[in-house]
Amino acid sequence: MYRYDEFDARFVAERTEQFRFQVERRLKGELSEDQFKPFRLMNGLYLQLHAYMLRIAVPYGTLSAPQLRMLAHIARKYDRGYGHFTTRQNLQFNWPKLKDVPDILAELATVEMHAIQTSGNCVRNVTSDHFAGADAEEVEDPRPVAELIRQWSSLHPEFSFLGRKFKIAVTASGHDRTALRYHDAGVEIVKNSDGRVGYRIYVGGGMGRTPYLSYVVAEFIEKPDLLAYLEAILRVFNESGRRDNIYKARIKILAHTLGVTAMRDRIEREFAEIKAAGTLEVPEKECARIEAYFAPPAFADLPETALPTGGALGDWVTSNTHPHRVRGYTIVTISLKPIGGVPGDASHEQLDGLAALLDDFSLGELRVSHEQNLVLPHVRIKDLPALHERLTALGLATPNAGLITDLICCPGLDYCDLANARSITIAQEISKRFADGARQHEIGDLKIKISGCVNACGHHHAGHIGILGVDKKGVEYYQLLIGGSAAEDASIGEILGPGFGEHEIADAVERVVDAYLKLRQPGERFLETSRRLGLEPFRTAAYGEQRDGAD
Amino acid sequence: MALIKNGTVASDPYTDVADDAVLPAGPVIVSLQRFRAERDGLLARNTPVGVRLAPDQSPEALGGDLDRLPLVVLEFAKFRDGRPLSWARLLRTRLKFTGEIRATGDFLYDQIAFMVRVGFDAFELPASVTPALFQRALGEMTLVYQPSTDGKKTIRELRD
Amino acid sequence: MLTANRLIDGTVLYWRGGGWVETLGEADVFAEPQTADAALAAAKDFVTRNVVVNPYLFEVKDGRPVAEREIIRAAGPSVRRDLGKQADV
Ligand code: HEM
Ligand code: SF4
Repeated sequence: MYRYDEFDARFVAERTEQFRFQVERRLKGELSEDQFKPFRLMNGLYLQLHAYMLRIAVPYGTLSAPQLRMLAHIARKYDRGYGHFTTRQNLQFNWPKLKDVPDILAELATVEMHAIQTSGNCVRNVTSDHFAGADAEEVEDPRPVAELIRQWSSLHPEFSFLGRKFKIAVTASGHDRTALRYHDAGVEIVKNSDGRVGYRIYVGGGMGRTPYLSYVVAEFIEKPDLLAYLEAILRVFNESGRRDNIYKARIKILAHTLGVTAMRDRIEREFAEIKAAGTLEVPEKECARIEAYFAPPAFADLPETALPTGGALGDWVTSNTHPHRVRGYTIVTISLKPIGGVPGDASHEQLDGLAALLDDFSLGELRVSHEQNLVLPHVRIKDLPALHERLTALGLATPNAGLITDLICCPGLDYCDLANARSITIAQEISKRFADGARQHEIGDLKIKISGCVNACGHHHAGHIGILGVDKKGVEYYQLLIGGSAAEDASIGEILGPGFGEHEIADAVERVVDAYLKLRQPGERFLETSRRLGLEPFRTAAYGEQRDGAD
Repeated sequence: MALIKNGTVASDPYTDVADDAVLPAGPVIVSLQRFRAERDGLLARNTPVGVRLAPDQSPEALGGDLDRLPLVVLEFAKFRDGRPLSWARLLRTRLKFTGEIRATGDFLYDQIAFMVRVGFDAFELPASVTPALFQRALGEMTLVYQPSTDGKKTIRELRD
Repeated sequence: MLTANRLIDGTVLYWRGGGWVETLGEADVFAEPQTADAALAAAKDFVTRNVVVNPYLFEVKDGRPVAEREIIRAAGPSVRRDLGKQADV
């Protein structure tokens, strides 16, 4: 993984001291809350329902054992013993004190971590594929590009006070695991017809109140030109994005108002100038320097090994492993979705426990996925039984990756100041309903995604089944959406109809799933069935007799 | 209110003139609207004219007149609105403006280093920023990742 | 009732008799909109002095908040009964 050199280290250290001075001025009253807020957000610090919340970046989702131990330490020393992994390769602590945050950041800096640009109206921490460097299909490892973008975007002098946040994802695989088309900008690493590696660029995706999928603005950008192209996009956004209404301020609105042709023309004009100036060209030497850090680890030459089968181990292997590009290895997903648990939460014991097994079982690396799970990217197949035992002891061996109980869920009204309704309780209820392993395998690939309000942190638009919490005169209600996807077959889910009450929504989901089981053709996933048949059969199933009464 | 120019406290030869006020003698700053309405007269006065741009006014609106203007004032209406950062950059790059770019309005200590990087060289300091604080702001981050119009060596260049 | 967060650590606070307490049960209930507004105005002074942030009024009925949001804020996460104010009692 990437290691800071003296410059990166000093940069983060200075940034921490800069923030310390901001906190000092806030506590002395030299900055008002209105003034302080954008600056604390640029360092990942929110004020939530109960307390402050600190969001720490896990750049492109890669963590080492010392970093995990540090996160466990911070959870114990400054927080309440746990953290929450989000859909954006971040970790959130829910209880830090403002006065402690500079010290937390200083401790994080010792293991090359930070909270820079994990919130605020700036270029957010870049996300990437959690299987990077291990997946059999990728064009090349996307993380060096993500690191290049991280450096370019950190404290960018021109783009730190944008009209709204700007999220960039990078993928290099035909199987998109980054929700690429839901990002403000997406970078897909591709090979052109000459076999040269370059980038296909997408612009204008986003969730929130008005979801959009991005479109392609450039089919092929050459490697040295990537930053110049991104700078051009950001300049168009900074100059022309709306500032009069925060719900219309994202680049998705500008991009879809202008349309692809006008948008492309605007970007190309800036791009031509920036490229001509030459200062943002990425020299091959710098690419090579960063790539060297992501060189494949020392894989052993292993014989072809069959995956273990049978019993609890076999179930877990079936759902939680993924083919590795090197013979004898596999990729293991560690589910953070215990049945009835809080999706994405991990205790300090679990973080420490994982740190202890990384070196033995995964060549020292852990990944954080956008589905709120963790990944061991390089596991020897013959180690699976021993690993399963260790994970079981940590309570981290839930055999449900990719299945219906592997749901994505935002913190909702239990933590979030902006929430309209609880989301975790709904996730827990659904998880318990579908706890039975055989039933889950029978249902197959079905993604449920739950948000507690229209901001869509829980990706409800992108769920095969999405659930959106709304507030109706102080009472929690839930809308059901069908047919969304965040993968390479991205689509936006459609609202089924009137909302359900807190105690009705899990029943409604169950009825929809049962309808799917009856209606599907052999081999068809839920998403495909819903695309083939449309909403109507699911609407009938969900509302049944009481269709008029449900609202 | 202190004016900082090229890093030091300076006196201000300009008078900022409201759209409906009578033009005083000497160097003046006018809005883009007034500049457009009275362009020929203003340029014929043979005394320096600066133009003040609101956050939603691109300096491209000044077109070919830029090389006759010694000063462009970029106004921060709200400190959170970062458009003037792009306008300054545009002035220094595409428009090749070499005159004074001055910041006025609602900006904070924490933004000054960014502003210098994109081409601002004069600041009408808000009450909360003393000249000493101005200097401190420039020293907070000694390293930068991005090339910009200030020509500061980037971390990548330092690595070579 | 009236609530805010303490600036230095984020703790949820409630208004009682011109100052702040940490639990809803100890706090003042305003029967009249006028007294509520007066308390809010007084709370703004604590904002100016950088003691609290984001004070606001919310509705209660029989000493219990009407909105689910305020019930959770007063107690702690409903999915973690071991955390927040509910854990201290
Ligand atoms: C608890 C505190 C949180 C707050 C206050 C918060 C706030 C917001 C807001 C206001 C938006 C909408 C932005 C817009 O449309 O311009 C948003 C979007 C989003 N947030 Fe959060 N969020 C929180 C937690 C989380 C968590 C825990 C996750 C991950 C599970 C997350 C991931 C996202 C994602 C993926 C989006 C959608 C991005 C898009 O609109 O394209 N957030 N958040
Ligand atoms: S979707 Fe809404 S409720 Fe959920 S975390 Fe985001 S802002 Fe909060």
